[in-house]
Amino acid sequence: MFQRSRQNINKNKLITRRMFILSSAKIIVFMGIVGRLFSLQISENKKYSFLSDKNRLKEWKLPPKRGIFEDYFGNKIADNNQVFQLHVIPEEVADFNTLMVRLKNIINLQNRQINKIYKKKEKQFPWETLIISENLSWEEFSKLNLFLHELQGAKPVFSVARIYPQAENFSHVLGYVGEASVNDIKNYSFIKENHVPGLRVGKTGLEKSLEKELIGSSGSQRYEVNVYGKKINQIDRKEGIQGKSFRITVDQEIQSYAQKSLIGRSGSVCLMDIYTGDVIAMCSSPTFNPNLFVHGINSKEWNKINNDPLKPLMNKSVSGLYSPGSTIKPIVALSALENNIVSPDLIHKCEGKVELYDHTYHCWKKKGHGFMNLRDAIKQSCDVYFYELARKLGVDRLSETAKKFGLNSKVLENYFFEEKSGVVPSTKWKIKNLGKGWVIGETLLTGIGQGYIQCTPIELCLMTAQLANGGFKIKPRITLGENLVYEDIKFEFESELKKYNQNLKENNEASLQDQKNFLQINNKNSVEPLFRNPENIKFVKEAMYSVINEPMGTAYKSRFNNKKYQYAGKTGTSQVKRITKEEREREEKRELSEIPYKERDHSVFIAFAPYISPRYSISVLIEHGGSGSSAAAPIAKKIIKLVLDRHEMREKIRKEEQAKV
Amino acid sequence: MVLNTQFSEEKTFLEKVKSFDFVLLITVFLIGVISCFAMYSTDGGEFKYHTNSHILKFSIFFVMFMIFSFIRIRTWYTLAYTFYLIILLMLVYVMFFGISAQGSQRWVNLYFLNLQPSELMKIAIIVCFARFYHRVQSEDVNKLRNFFEPIILLVLPIYLVISQPDLGTSILIACSGLAVIWLAGIKARYFIYSFLTLLVCAPFVISILKPYQKNRILSFFDPERDPLGAGYQIIQSKIAVGSGGLYGKGYLKGTQSYLDYLPEKHTDFIFTLFSEEFGFLGSLILLILYFVMLLRILIIGYGSKSYFAKFYCFGFASAVFLYIAVNMSMVLGLLPIVGSPLPIMSYGGSALLSTMIGFSIVMSCRIYNKEMIA
Repeated sequence: MFQRSRQNINKNKLITRRMFILSSAKIIVFMGIVGRLFSLQISENKKYSFLSDKNRLKEWKLPPKRGIFEDYFGNKIADNNQVFQLHVIPEEVADFNTLMVRLKNIINLQNRQINKIYKKKEKQFPWETLIISENLSWEEFSKLNLFLHELQGAKPVFSVARIYPQAENFSHVLGYVGEASVNDIKNYSFIKENHVPGLRVGKTGLEKSLEKELIGSSGSQRYEVNVYGKKINQIDRKEGIQGKSFRITVDQEIQSYAQKSLIGRSGSVCLMDIYTGDVIAMCSSPTFNPNLFVHGINSKEWNKINNDPLKPLMNKSVSGLYSPGSTIKPIVALSALENNIVSPDLIHKCEGKVELYDHTYHCWKKKGHGFMNLRDAIKQSCDVYFYELARKLGVDRLSETAKKFGLNSKVLENYFFEEKSGVVPSTKWKIKNLGKGWVIGETLLTGIGQGYIQCTPIELCLMTAQLANGGFKIKPRITLGENLVYEDIKFEFESELKKYNQNLKENNEASLQDQKNFLQINNKNSVEPLFRNPENIKFVKEAMYSVINEPMGTAYKSRFNNKKYQYAGKTGTSQVKRITKEEREREEKRELSEIPYKERDHSVFIAFAPYISPRYSISVLIEHGGSGSSAAAPIAKKIIKLVLDRHEMREKIRKEEQAKV
Repeated sequence: MVLNTQFSEEKTFLEKVKSFDFVLLITVFLIGVISCFAMYSTDGGEFKYHTNSHILKFSIFFVMFMIFSFIRIRTWYTLAYTFYLIILLMLVYVMFFGISAQGSQRWVNLYFLNLQPSELMKIAIIVCFARFYHRVQSEDVNKLRNFFEPIILLVLPIYLVISQPDLGTSILIACSGLAVIWLAGIKARYFIYSFLTLLVCAPFVISILKPYQKNRILSFFDPERDPLGAGYQIIQSKIAVGSGGLYGKGYLKGTQSYLDYLPEKHTDFIFTLFSEEFGFLGSLILLILYFVMLLRILIIGYGSKSYFAKFYCFGFASAVFLYIAVNMSMVLGLLPIVGSPLPIMSYGGSALLSTMIGFSIVMSCRIYNKEMIA
């Protein structure tokens, strides 16, 4: 018994001891759990709260509202209008296939569209909005609402979409919008930030270049969502901000008039204010309807536009490169005068052709012009005279002047990403780009605007403007930004000229270079003269007057008798094909219609108007239109009349705005 | 003397009621009430199936707990092997005729309740071992002949449960049994040897694990490995607990569970939900309740005269502690996810039943604490 109880005591002790060991272990584990709780809930609380919010809150972006465009007179040329759309959130639909079949009957969906919808559905999450139709007609929309009770999950909604009230008239200026592509999102952070499914962004023109400001900012709706992504309740809603709206310098009336005058032709019209650099019209033909692109163009129409040999999508005003032909001659003449190569009185005889450096160079007039001075050579566009002039001048000096007056530059670079720069060749240019030395014959060709030299119509327009304003550099623009006061600019130009003339009188003997230096030193404001002697500019302008208004002038047919409309200009005929010897020898002159379209000359015309105190410059280019005087000049004439008629109206608006400031 | 103690101290009913451990009773009741509130929250603040069912089960089992407390501890001692055998047979039955759900066959259909015998085995194994070691002298515990019996008693149910398959429960059964074996006085070095053997065998064990079990273990070591698959539960549970902070998000405001980010929130992850809504302080209070509960069990065991009662109470306390520790460590990302409910809190009739039977035996130890068993 004693032994037994002793054993009992031992066993009791053993159990108790082991229990205590176990219990201490338990306490340690409990402490561990408390410690873990502490570290999760207290130390790392912030991290996990963030993760929890990230879990439960989902943001749905609301599409940003695009800024609109107005023309100079405040007419809307790119607007947002209300459209009726059909949205479906796939996860809310019981049977997607049945729904599609029902919808097909109600809203005329084609099989191709349905396939597209299915493809799109695959790509996105089931809780994301699927746009079934972007632009329903009112009939479809009302019909849809009638059947809505049978169409669970379908949501007819009002949305906004781009509309171009002027349709094809502004296609190249404004460009068009289309669904943001993967590249758009990748390349532009502002598109990425504001992207929502189905977002439209600018693809060309101003819509693209001003995208950053136009796009606005997307709003957002925050929802608490459950683990399946289903919206439980709305936490907040933030409206987006509409993008900036722009007023542009273009006049809707003139633009559409000019566009209409190009119908049936391929070419370009550019019209510019020679003081402010405001682009008043800029057309490219053929054109297309940008409204087609808003809701996604169908492939048939796309192929039609894209495969058109006349390239409707191309903005020929800024990215079409053409030989300027004789329209370069005012610059050649100016360059020769500025460099004191010739005097205006230089007489040269044109015999219809000239033999130089083992080649025969022809004048456009086979019989020749006879004895010519510089003014007559411009007026009648005598090629032989300009061969001589170019030969004496040399290509490098010519190129310097041409570049100064705006050739070989991107005129509206900030507005049109698709703009191309023309080419003004020089000896250095040829070595650099073609790796060959300059041949003197090429100088002669350059002198009549053929050969390597290439310009865009907008460059020609700028060149003309800078001649017309007395030889001062201007900065062309197409959106109204900084308030440019025309009077101020004109006053600055004139006072600059006055200063110059005064200086000329005082230092009669001083070299031209010195005078130029003097000008630059005294030039405190932004006025930048492009000339050395203003008399030279005057001379060229006067010669251009004679082209239009004197008998024998190449564009005499396109003159105005009314003094109010009198203008000055220069025709150009740019060859696209070298004329062979046989062709030249053929006596009879061929009618334009007999020549294959692709081999016809481009018709070019530049002008500024009115002649007395000029205000506008214009360049017209008709691809394969024949001679400058026959195709381009009559169009320019009509547009000049319109712009001068509308001058008062334009001034009125301008003055009203200046008064406001 | 032995006979004396057996019969002379017969208590009246009132005395028995008075000798209840009311602290234990109240803590169990409090945890039960908390569990009902938590369940109400898992149902999204409505009286839905889980809430109603849990309240009903808790009420029934709590009453049962009090009634069963009057069963003499001697009776439990006598019926220990029978109890064990019945449960073992049920496990065998389940193996062939059980109801399966989610790929494992664990339940017996009792019409009013789908009983999970493996849960009851957690208690049965303790009762069984307590009886076995009650008879064994402390000097003989480490003798070879006393090794075979417990090992067979332990391996049989573990095998049956593992093959259901239910890794979590089988581990808990093993641990419950081992806890009693430890208390009985098996040399510590044997435990160390076994542990080392287990380590060596681990690669072989892992090779026979089911793919989902392997995934769970792997994703425990690196939850980000498969954030939408096996690691998902751990990540979401940690987010829920961590975002609770000091005071919690407020009752019925736990977004993780409310918005269904939390998996199995009724059962294994009930503590996560509680912790998200009541924060660090709430969790601490719950832990203290559990701690007090365990402490009372230990005190009852300490105050019992019979070895059977001692073994049982200490073993049960260890087992309950283990369930709590494993469950909490699991939801806090300290252990791999193994199916293991939190005692009383988790939804599940069998686990609640088994826990309550366990408590009634403890209470019986308390009421009949002077009773010696030959």
